[in-house]
Amino acid sequence: MGIMTEAEAKTILDKVLKFSTADECTAQLTGSIEGNIRFALNNVSTSGVVSDTNLGVSVAFGRRVGTSSTNDFSDASLARAVKRAEELARLAPENPEFIPAVEKQVYKPSSTFSAATAAITPEQRADIAMASIAPCRSKSLIAAGFLNDEQSFVAFANSKGAFGYQRSTEMDYTCTVRTADGRGSGWVARNLQDSTPFKPASDIEIAMRKASASAEAQALEPGKYTVILEPAAASGLISFMFNFFDARAADEGRSFLSKKGGGNKLGEQVYDPRVSFISDPWHPDLAVLPWDGSGRAREKMAMVENGKIANLMYSPYWAQKQGKKVVGRPGNIIMSGGTKSTADLVRETERGILVTRTWYIRMVDPQTVLLTGLTRDGTFYIENGQLKYPVKNFRFNESPVIMLNNIDDLGRPVRVSEGGGMKYMIPPMRVRDFTFTSLSDAV
Amino acid sequence: MDRRQFLAACGIGAGGVLLPGFGQAIAAEQLVETMDVAVKKRLADAALTAAKAAGATYCDVRVGRYLRQFILTREANVQGVTNTESSGVGVRVIAGGAWGFAATNNMSPESVAQTARLAVAIAKANAKNQTAPVQLAPTKGVGEVKWATPIRRNGMEVSLQEKVDLLMRVNGAALKAGANFVNSSLFLINEQKYFASSDGSYIDQDIHRVWAPFTVTAIDKATGKFRSREGLSAPMGMGYEYLDPKAEDKVLSPNGIISYNKSYDMVEDAQAAAVQAREKLTAKSVKPGRYDLVLDPNHLGLTIHESIGHPLELDRVLGYEANYAGTSFATLDKREQRFQYGNEIVNIVADKLQPGSLGAVGYDDEGIKTKSWPLIKDGKLVDYQATRDQAHILGKTESDGCSYADSWSTVQFQRMPNVSLQPGKKPLSLADMIGNVENGIYILGRGSFSIDQQRYNAQFGGTLFYEIKDGKITQPLEDVAYQMRTPEFWNACSAICDERDYRLFGSFFDGKGQPSQVSAVSHGSSTTRFDGINVINTARSLG
Repeated sequence: MGIMTEAEAKTILDKVLKFSTADECTAQLTGSIEGNIRFALNNVSTSGVVSDTNLGVSVAFGRRVGTSSTNDFSDASLARAVKRAEELARLAPENPEFIPAVEKQVYKPSSTFSAATAAITPEQRADIAMASIAPCRSKSLIAAGFLNDEQSFVAFANSKGAFGYQRSTEMDYTCTVRTADGRGSGWVARNLQDSTPFKPASDIEIAMRKASASAEAQALEPGKYTVILEPAAASGLISFMFNFFDARAADEGRSFLSKKGGGNKLGEQVYDPRVSFISDPWHPDLAVLPWDGSGRAREKMAMVENGKIANLMYSPYWAQKQGKKVVGRPGNIIMSGGTKSTADLVRETERGILVTRTWYIRMVDPQTVLLTGLTRDGTFYIENGQLKYPVKNFRFNESPVIMLNNIDDLGRPVRVSEGGGMKYMIPPMRVRDFTFTSLSDAV
Repeated sequence: MDRRQFLAACGIGAGGVLLPGFGQAIAAEQLVETMDVAVKKRLADAALTAAKAAGATYCDVRVGRYLRQFILTREANVQGVTNTESSGVGVRVIAGGAWGFAATNNMSPESVAQTARLAVAIAKANAKNQTAPVQLAPTKGVGEVKWATPIRRNGMEVSLQEKVDLLMRVNGAALKAGANFVNSSLFLINEQKYFASSDGSYIDQDIHRVWAPFTVTAIDKATGKFRSREGLSAPMGMGYEYLDPKAEDKVLSPNGIISYNKSYDMVEDAQAAAVQAREKLTAKSVKPGRYDLVLDPNHLGLTIHESIGHPLELDRVLGYEANYAGTSFATLDKREQRFQYGNEIVNIVADKLQPGSLGAVGYDDEGIKTKSWPLIKDGKLVDYQATRDQAHILGKTESDGCSYADSWSTVQFQRMPNVSLQPGKKPLSLADMIGNVENGIYILGRGSFSIDQQRYNAQFGGTLFYEIKDGKITQPLEDVAYQMRTPEFWNACSAICDERDYRLFGSFFDGKGQPSQVSAVSHGSSTTRFDGINVINTARSLG
């Protein structure tokens, strides 16, 4: 079935709510049509389309909660799903952290849907793959890539009168180009809500250029370097850090945002004053649903303002316990920047290293958010504003908290794909004293 | 997918409508139901017949029922209980020399036949751009056979109350022993898989896995320092009997650390974890430099996984994973040259047979009877991991049985079997090994892990670190990570404890492919020594 209209979804949700005899009932319908094509060694390897629709039902008797789900939307099946959730709720232990369903909310719609992205056909996917492969074949380069496009809808309603419906789209393209001898590798990525501006034929040129230019890599000594991190390279570290913006962990003393002696660092200067992050569901380039997973309306809010912690991520339970206003959990993070491109930043760099992509990032020490990972698919030495020569990849051991205290300049933020639920816009950035701890022979 | 992403996928803690990440939410009673094998055969035959009629030269059908139960707790609270079922049929065909795949959750013969015809149509469309036809290694049909994980107690039949009681005892023991916080979980998986192929195989398998992880955290409020200690269990291809501890399965280190083999005392480990987490708050920060490392099997398993298991996946070697997981330094020419991957005492064996291992099945997802084969012999690279359509590339006449799909709805591809380091041939106990080390570090448990896209440069942390001086364990250490280059590291292997110390480590959610699929795999080893490895100090200050 895939995508339902608002009227179709509302009819089903209303039936579910009517079937319920619990103290409260919340129902959520989600559906998606997802298409993909994968290619490697200059050939298409797999392609497919997956369509899915699902109903989740959550009911509560007092503090006892039960959930169930189904993908059969007949009246009998809906009634069974409600009954099963109610049976489970009666058996469930009381949840001491129970929070009642949201009251009726007003949601200001956000522009999450693009008709062009929703209309992508298997033929277009094949064309995109061939637009990536054909120029590589002609230059004896080898392409491997993946395109995923998705249209989806979410509709939810509860017994207190809250109702929301919205459609969304997203496309994500990545391609790695390698030289035939395996000595050079380049990469390009594009994440869009509206596929209209996507031009694979010009994007693939970026990966091809980096692949060819990176073939004669020289070894530099590991150490502290000025780096220019392209948005995708920087977002690997920054998105990792935002996984640890949870207020409860900070208040409990097990986060980099915990304070000595107790409490959290809300309001404290943690980053360089030029560092600001906001969450904005209505951002024109990064719109997300105007409500969160619990149905609470999201708000535009500062997360970091001029380097100071302006907000943390609160669960409804923890917000209530701490006497905070309960608001929708953010769905996106946008870092402030300027207007410069990565190329502009390179031009203004006396000496440094350009990092295209960061890879296999893992937490080393949660106390300081020390992360380790590697550079990949296009690492170059910069001298006097020019890319002088390719360098061998490095392993880094660096904390994004320290990195965001060593900001030298910020460029124009762009959408990046980080997987998971949160969406990001991150600028390219020049950072001083970025810590590379060893060399990698990997290409 | 790592554990963080997994929890997000399950919706645990989202505070909203709890939608399972892997199928429909069901009642616990439904977890013990099975599907009639005659019904599965009828569905499979409908697909095989339809595919042949539509022009397929080969067809395999997987009728799958994938069941999962996850229980998550913290301190005295049960945060979530999720029971899920995902059922459907996946049909893979060769037509015109190309693969085609389609899947449906509509379990009627008509729908399955239609899905088979769709798979053939996709194969024919793919054939137009195919440069060389698929070559399958020959295999004989095995007729109607069954295989089941040899469990003694089906975890799905154990009452929810008993499982919650266990986790509450675990949390209680940790808190009583000085922990500030504790999160504990129980993951149970049952794959009821029916495979049929046009080669004449009808294989019914019932596969079980269990994992019981926890994290204990200790905090020093005055300094703002916090440290965590994870459990020392391994995910296993076993039933609930793994959580029924037996004295003979405990391994005691010279400094009193208890590790576990074929059964696990989760309560005892949680109690020890609380004491050790607090100890970590004041442990000495390591001095960077070269050390001889003594690596416990529950740590070394992950190093084997990343630096040997993944680089010897044939699809990576060939370039099929170049855009995501990467390629491999262990190129085909290195097999021809018998590349010295490690010291001559290093013998690495792949298998899908070891009892209790996560990789153990009777047949893989291409219907190939599973086996054991060497990857590294006397330190030299001798083989890779291959599926039916890859065997010819290695000049082999049979598949290695390495095909796996994480669902009926996903297409099977090459996944890592168990990859294990063979025990030392000479008698050597852990105590004797430590007794021979002058300046070293003893590392237990998994920690941070990261490796490059060709599997050369890796960095590993751990859970517990102890200084070894002149043959004695002297004190706990903190802020330890070691950096390595794969061939140098394995050539620095200088001693391996004998088979008395052999244990399994497991990876429960190993990710690969686009779209990403997970698989579970074990790695066996005995405690092993590596000489002169570069250790860095990971302590930093945020000012």
